[in-house]
Amino acid sequence: MISVTSDDFDISELYERLRANSNNAGAITTFTGLVREFYEPPVGSDEPRVLSLCLEHYPGMTEKALASIVDEASQRWDVLACEVVHRVGKLTAGDQIVYVGVASTHRGDAFAAAEFIMDYLKSRAPFWKKQITSEGEHWVEARESDANALDRWKGA
Amino acid sequence: MTMLKVNLFASLRETLGTGGLELELPENVLTVQQLAAYLVEHQGADWAILQDATRVLVAVDQSVATPLSSIEQAQEVAFFPPMTGG
Repeated sequence: MISVTSDDFDISELYERLRANSNNAGAITTFTGLVREFYEPPVGSDEPRVLSLCLEHYPGMTEKALASIVDEASQRWDVLACEVVHRVGKLTAGDQIVYVGVASTHRGDAFAAAEFIMDYLKSRAPFWKKQITSEGEHWVEARESDANALDRWKGA
Repeated sequence: MTMLKVNLFASLRETLGTGGLELELPENVLTVQQLAAYLVEHQGADWAILQDATRVLVAVDQSVATPLSSIEQAQEVAFFPPMTGG
């Protein structure tokens, strides 16, 4: 199941649902991504302070892109059930931003599939982050390390 | 003549001052690259940013595409910067 929402989520509910939907699973991996504490400029500095993040997405394509990433993970590993939740809209430090849960027969597949889904989600699902600072707003640049993270799955 | 919806997201939406537009395309506009050139010609020089394939990604009918991808039969083309989710 794929969900893109501005609402917060409860991982214990998501976990129980995954457990209920996966017959004969031997392992469930859950991953939760949080908004990191923002960089605090030194006292007296005139650098802008980051106040919040705002996430935009491409409704329709986002759900398709996430479903296709989950499909690919299911072809590579033994995935009995999988759920992805991604939040959009305004978020602040400490907020939950993304959840991936994978149920599998064995732990190796559950870990690998969850990590694969997160790596692909970061650079293949149409989400964009904007930082709201004390002196204005700017879009977060894509990181090369996120694109490079995909390379290790190429031969896997 | 076919109708095509063009969507812009994130920094591109803000730079160009619109979330997109609906176009009636002439028959000789067949690829993403030709669409970008058509937009520059009809919407203004600012739109040349869409031709920078190193900074702008494109999707045709909500699937990632390339400048050479066909837009014949397409309903929707979107331009956007590299994604920063997760």
